[in-house]
Amino acid sequence: MAYTEEELKKELETKEYEYGFYTDIESDTFPIGLSEEIVIAISKKKNEPQWMTDWRIEAYRVWEKMEEPDWANVHYEKPDFQAISYYSAPKKADPNKKLEDVDPELLEMYKKLGISVDEQKKLQNVAVDIVVDSVSVATTFKKTLAEKGIIFMPISEAIQEHPELVRKYMGSIVPTTDNFYAALNSAVFTDGSFCYIPKGVRCPMELSTYFRINQAGTGQFERTLLVADEGSYVSYLEGCTAPSRDENQLHAAVVELIAMDDAEIKYSTVQNWFPGNKEGKGGVYNFVTKRALCEKNAKVSWTQVETGSAVTWKYPSCILKGDNSIGEFYSIAVTNNYQQADTGTKMIHLGKNTRSTIISKGISAGKSQNSYRGLVQVSSRADNARNFSQCDSLLMGNECGAHTFPYIEVKNKSAMVEHEATTSKIGEEQIFYCNQRGIDTEKAIALIVNGFSKEVLNKLPMEFAVEAQKLLEISLEGSVG
Amino acid sequence: MLKIKDLHANVEGKEILRGINLEVNAGEVHAIMGPNGSGKSTLASVIAGNETYEVTAGDIFLNGENIEDLSPEERAHNGVFLSFQYPVEIPGVSVTNFMKTAINESRKAKGLEDMPAKDMLKLIRDKSELLEIDRKFLSRSLNEGFSGGEKKRNEIFQMAMLEPKLAILDETDSGLDIDALRIVANGVNKLKSKDNAVVVITHYQRLLEYIVPDFVHVLYNGKIVKSGTKELAMELEEKGYDWIKQEAAV
Ligand SMILES: Nc1ncnc2c1ncn2[C@@H]1O[C@H](COP(=O)(O)OP(=O)(O)OP(=O)(O)O)[C@@H](O)[C@H]1O
Ligand SMILES: [Mg+2]
Repeated sequence: MAYTEEELKKELETKEYEYGFYTDIESDTFPIGLSEEIVIAISKKKNEPQWMTDWRIEAYRVWEKMEEPDWANVHYEKPDFQAISYYSAPKKADPNKKLEDVDPELLEMYKKLGISVDEQKKLQNVAVDIVVDSVSVATTFKKTLAEKGIIFMPISEAIQEHPELVRKYMGSIVPTTDNFYAALNSAVFTDGSFCYIPKGVRCPMELSTYFRINQAGTGQFERTLLVADEGSYVSYLEGCTAPSRDENQLHAAVVELIAMDDAEIKYSTVQNWFPGNKEGKGGVYNFVTKRALCEKNAKVSWTQVETGSAVTWKYPSCILKGDNSIGEFYSIAVTNNYQQADTGTKMIHLGKNTRSTIISKGISAGKSQNSYRGLVQVSSRADNARNFSQCDSLLMGNECGAHTFPYIEVKNKSAMVEHEATTSKIGEEQIFYCNQRGIDTEKAIALIVNGFSKEVLNKLPMEFAVEAQKLLEISLEGSVG
Repeated sequence: MLKIKDLHANVEGKEILRGINLEVNAGEVHAIMGPNGSGKSTLASVIAGNETYEVTAGDIFLNGENIEDLSPEERAHNGVFLSFQYPVEIPGVSVTNFMKTAINESRKAKGLEDMPAKDMLKLIRDKSELLEIDRKFLSRSLNEGFSGGEKKRNEIFQMAMLEPKLAILDETDSGLDIDALRIVANGVNKLKSKDNAVVVITHYQRLLEYIVPDFVHVLYNGKIVKSGTKELAMELEEKGYDWIKQEAAV
């Protein structure tokens, strides 16, 4: 590949953020605890049709009988599910609160991420006096989508406006019975996003769940459903790089993707929930179930940058049902201080000539533990299935851990499954080399980490990649010294 | 420019530098020669501020200022450049990106804004032409899979980009083919001026035919045991180090 002036320029420039929508949120809170009554009350609160209420109740009854899983390589105090309020709207802006009252360390982080003062205020529930331009942007944006027949709205609205679609697909990929957290989510989810791309439509822009300014208030139990009809294409961005100090300790989201024949979905996530402090106190538990179904010739790519949360448990997966379908998983997981991450993917090859690629980059610092857990399964009728997996770990210091748990189950002789794994350490020599060129140690580490993660960063949409890069840098601050 | 007084340095408790005295003025080229393991690279590392080496006595002055307390990056910001004998690989970081970061970090330290992309492009173009570096090269990961000679040429490309005041070239000639040696030496000569200084560490007279030194020093056993002009290098080439070792022994 020739290195053109253009490419050089691209490497030197940065870009702006993309569009999305945000939801208005009501403000009141339910008493703590979970029961069938609470589940019904949530459904009522949201004015849901009976089928939705019934669905939730069924999920609740399943959940009640389930045990919290403990096979992952993470250790934490199990949450008390009766001590959580399952319907707590985020705090309204406090008229007496000023930006000066906010933790200066947090403000410093915002500054580094290039978040405007207005956005900072929103993130911290400080009243904003100027109306942020985003509302009008969102309106034009919605119009463009509507012209193409694309439906993109909060899932609570979709339940009202497109019940036939939601009813058909919700739970079809991740059934309520799937696992403990998925069942819990099904019973109590408060909101999330719904997206439908009609046949043959190429979504003209990157879709993102929320403006990042709204992200601070997003729910504990988010539910996302994305349906790409035959021959359509969509690129979807989830999450935000702004550090969120959500007081909700437990997060259990469910994401379902459906890629019909010849459709393509790119799903990119940046997760930066509060990781806890340097001593390992506090921080979010993030237990997520993400799964995609690929029909004939369909393609789904999961790309994730995981830097936040005290405990992460997350395996975005692809069911390669249709012949010639393709599943991809690109992941960067950073753990620092006392963070623990157990993340990876499942690639289930059912159709003929199905292909999957797994690139996982784990970066561990401090006293953290970082595990990759992946399953590649090839069924007996999946002739000529192909998988390539690469798991690289980068260690900083001597107190952290990196682990790889690749599971391979092959029932078809024509399958080709390749797995590569490397572990490396950031060397003092590399750091001194950078220092000698005028780059301080913190920046040197950022540079080395970015280089290590490059294959995955390259898969992110440009504007997301730039932010993700900055985020990696910030997440590892103070990890040497 | 550079003044070193009675410098002693240890690594892992072992004394490697045992009283180095050296003065390099602006506009001068100094060559340091000496047998393997005599401490040449160690001296270069200590000047650059590598904390692996413990300075136990003596001082290093840069432009009259004692740099004892300066970090390696601060020394770099003050114009010290080291062309490494063994450049390290940084996977996934392109030469361009690395240079962009290095230049902007130095500018930041001086209170300057990032270099505009346009100027950066021009600088990269000019300097890669000077060293006859293929553009494709600049998008590759730093030193990863570079041949020995390519690594050395890349070091001098970085030097050209950063325009240091004091450049220390540690065996930059080893690994270069005859043409590359000429190109690299020519590059170094182009960057030479009355305001900067170059210290070349080498085993061979050949490089010194291109980069002509004002002074030649022989480092042996952690000390400079002999200094002279470029004729000394020729004498060493002819006679080896035995006579120097003998002289040093008495
Ligand atoms: N990090 C280190 N740990 C242990 N010993 C070291 C270290 N660095 C240097 N030394 C030792 O210090 C001595 C001087 O090494 P140095 O690399 O400075 O020699 P040199 O003169 O550059 O040799 P050459 O001509 O082979 O490059 C050698 O004996 C070497 O083994
Ligand atoms: Mg040496």
